[in-house]
Amino acid sequence: MSRIQSCFEKLKVSGRKALIPYVTAGDPVQEVTVDLMHALADSGADIIELGVPFSDPMADGPVIQLACERALRAGTRLLDVLAMVAEFRQRNTDTPVVLMGYLNPVEAIGYRTFMEKAREAGVDGVLTVDLPPEEADEFCAALRDNGLDAIFLLAPTTSDARMKQICERGSGYVYYVSVKGVTGSAALNVDEVESRVTAIRSMTNLPVGVGFGIKDRASAAAVSRVSDGVIVGSVLVNKIAELADHPERIAPEVAAIVADLRAGMDDA
Amino acid sequence: MPTTVDLNELMALPDATGHFGPYGGRFASETLMGALDELAALYEKMWRDPEFQAEFDRDLAHYVGRPSPLYHAERLSRELGGAQIYLKREDLNHTGAHKVNNTIGQALLAKFMGKPRVIAETGAGQHGVASATVAARLGLECVVYMGAEDVRRQALNVYRMKLLGATVVPVQSGTRTLKDALNEAMRDWVTNVDNTFYIIGTVAGPHPYPKMVRDFQCVIGREARQQCLAQTGKLPDALVACVGGGSNAIGLFHPFIGDADVRMVGVEAGGYGLETGQHAAPLCKGRPGVLHGNRTYLMEDDAGQIIGTHSVSAGLDYPGVGPEHAWLKDTGRAEYVAINDDEALDAFRRLTRVEGIMPALESAHAIAHAIKMAPQMSPDQVLLVNLSGRGDKDIHTVADIDGITV
Repeated sequence: MSRIQSCFEKLKVSGRKALIPYVTAGDPVQEVTVDLMHALADSGADIIELGVPFSDPMADGPVIQLACERALRAGTRLLDVLAMVAEFRQRNTDTPVVLMGYLNPVEAIGYRTFMEKAREAGVDGVLTVDLPPEEADEFCAALRDNGLDAIFLLAPTTSDARMKQICERGSGYVYYVSVKGVTGSAALNVDEVESRVTAIRSMTNLPVGVGFGIKDRASAAAVSRVSDGVIVGSVLVNKIAELADHPERIAPEVAAIVADLRAGMDDA
Repeated sequence: MPTTVDLNELMALPDATGHFGPYGGRFASETLMGALDELAALYEKMWRDPEFQAEFDRDLAHYVGRPSPLYHAERLSRELGGAQIYLKREDLNHTGAHKVNNTIGQALLAKFMGKPRVIAETGAGQHGVASATVAARLGLECVVYMGAEDVRRQALNVYRMKLLGATVVPVQSGTRTLKDALNEAMRDWVTNVDNTFYIIGTVAGPHPYPKMVRDFQCVIGREARQQCLAQTGKLPDALVACVGGGSNAIGLFHPFIGDADVRMVGVEAGGYGLETGQHAAPLCKGRPGVLHGNRTYLMEDDAGQIIGTHSVSAGLDYPGVGPEHAWLKDTGRAEYVAINDDEALDAFRRLTRVEGIMPALESAHAIAHAIKMAPQMSPDQVLLVNLSGRGDKDIHTVADIDGITV
């Protein structure tokens, strides 16, 4: 059983939902990321989505675009991100780590080489926002051969037939993008999310995580009631941006937000 | 390098999923996949519909002013003492460049789909102007994304777009040029996909864009083929066109792919020189990767990050290139070279003085390479150059270089 699968199994037994924070690796400097990951795990994160910075983050809003620019200026490249995961794994062998980013940095290394290195580093899953399942045969084969989960996105515009195909290709969990737009955009509509998640659940046994548009304790709590996991990114990355000149404050202050979201979800 | 592929098969590409050999495809956000499927299906249907074709042809004739002339540049040819240079005068189209061939076609699709809003990215501003123009004609809302750096160097076109009723959004992210404008347009589309048609300006992006834009631009090559036969009694010996994203070049090349004896030469922006790294020549110096929805040659670093490009011409200042060009390169059917900024500027001045035709700085790259090629050829040979746009928009850039305030 993969680390992601067993994470969701354990949550199910305890009647809780997954809290999945996203941060961009190397933002604003590489030194903060591993400490931040530990702080996230200690304050109630169940899975960590670690963003791989890319020069052209087409699916991201301004908050994560700027995070990518800071991380790239700090010299963060895909191999550095793998090194951060390996360092994180020295003290944490439970919390699944999913790399989230764009295809081209993986293309540059080569699928097979990248997947082997990712497995060795202790990565659990990979989510590539510009790689739809139609183009992902070779990519998914390389993931599978290395025991890594393929996390795919589902959108409000995804047809039922397509949803079924995507769920069949994915593993670990599926990520439902709750709004039409880029990361950090408008607030989501919980009723709509609930009806879509119900539809997704009728097609797959995979857990359904929901992201985009979750901004605070109330929205996290509301989404956790209707899904299996809550993915939160821009609100955390915003805090990191505010503290870019005070890197020592990043881990504790971002962890405080995560703890608050956790409390909201557990009360829900 | 002579090609070993079957030319008819090469001409029939892309396949049903938008691939040209290993290139092309559809690497887009999940939110857009439904819209891309819908667009591909509608486009395939309309392109075969005689009524749509008739409307497209009518607009090209009466609104754009086609066919554009094929002009024998006799004085330039004589000076060079080699091949006869013929210029395909896309600069004489309404709005001053080849870009409008494509925006006419896409606007017809937008109208048919009932989308009240169109968006576009632009580099030199020619595609933005061509999009704003068709939007004005059809009464559609139009938003054009343009890198802040390009807004600065193409002020005239920015004002033209505003006069046409478009909103121009300067893009401050990344390198603040064409690639960032494309990123921002994609972000808009993903947010407003229900009511918005994205008019991509070049033969790049996710399927069906590279095919669709090519098909709309192929009028250039079809006309040029007939005109060349009519005027010279034979096909051209070589074609030359500048390549940024590559839409004017593919529009000229594609109808000739099956004519094995016609050489096809694409000219990329060599910037300060290929050896400096400061250029925009992914086919000459890049390597395959994935950006903006397709797999193609890219300017990138070892870690797969897209690197900044440089060209004196905003329209060529792009780190990728249409996937069909990538495959034409690999198969050897077309060859790709680079022309530096200063060579393009020399060609701009020379064509202006010798023929009384002021080319866009983009097109001046093609002229510059033709000036190199012609003397190597014999006077009974024909070198057909795509003059993709007129140079009025670049007068400020050239004046700046001359130290003159206009």
